[in-house]
Amino acid sequence: MSDTVTVKFFARLRETLQTDELELPISTQGTVSDVIESLASRGAPWDVLQGDQPVMIAVNQTMARPTQPLSPGDEVALFPPVTGG
Amino acid sequence: MIRIQTEDFDIGEQTRALGGTGDTGAIATFTGLVRTRGDRQDVRALFLEHYPGMTESVIEDLVTQARERWSIQAVRVIHRVGELALGEQIVFVGVASAHRGDAFAACEFLMDALKTSAPFWKKEITVDGESHWVEQKASDRDKAKNWQQD
Repeated sequence: MSDTVTVKFFARLRETLQTDELELPISTQGTVSDVIESLASRGAPWDVLQGDQPVMIAVNQTMARPTQPLSPGDEVALFPPVTGG
Repeated sequence: MIRIQTEDFDIGEQTRALGGTGDTGAIATFTGLVRTRGDRQDVRALFLEHYPGMTESVIEDLVTQARERWSIQAVRVIHRVGELALGEQIVFVGVASAHRGDAFAACEFLMDALKTSAPFWKKEITVDGESHWVEQKASDRDKAKNWQQD
């Protein structure tokens, strides 16, 4: 198995990035911040991940912080603040 | 019971399913509907997206928290996803308890916490055919915070 994580996008982010899911290689001791930085460095529209609007993070379907370390096979989700109910 | 579904639900059926054991003295329910005045004034429908899997586990965790805090006999949470027209039912939270105090409190807690922590996103579709994603409200965050314990 290669050292990648799955990154999922929801709602406004999914539409802006025109992507619902992608695979990204991660380095040893990589964190969620590294994933966000690597994606944002692709330029527009990916720079919204480091823009003014808040981006929430879940790792393996649990809310997480940018400093959370990642392991190969992890599922990272990036999404706007939730608005259900 | 927690269910995420596109289909509508029957409030009477859901409410009856909560009680009837003989121990239940109170059932409190909340039903949320699509209304015309949201972030915009001329909403004709909502589109609801969710994160399958995480949604269920977040709500499951909220129900566990409610059971630790109040004396609860049964809980039912239904949340619809997909496109919902004006007046349609979006969400149902029902709690059965021996007494109304626990039923009311747990029902309100579940609804307030769900709004700010369960991964659902609403898009409003207006009469002119435009659509936009709804913003999370500070008032909703405040309501959820009020339930936090020291």
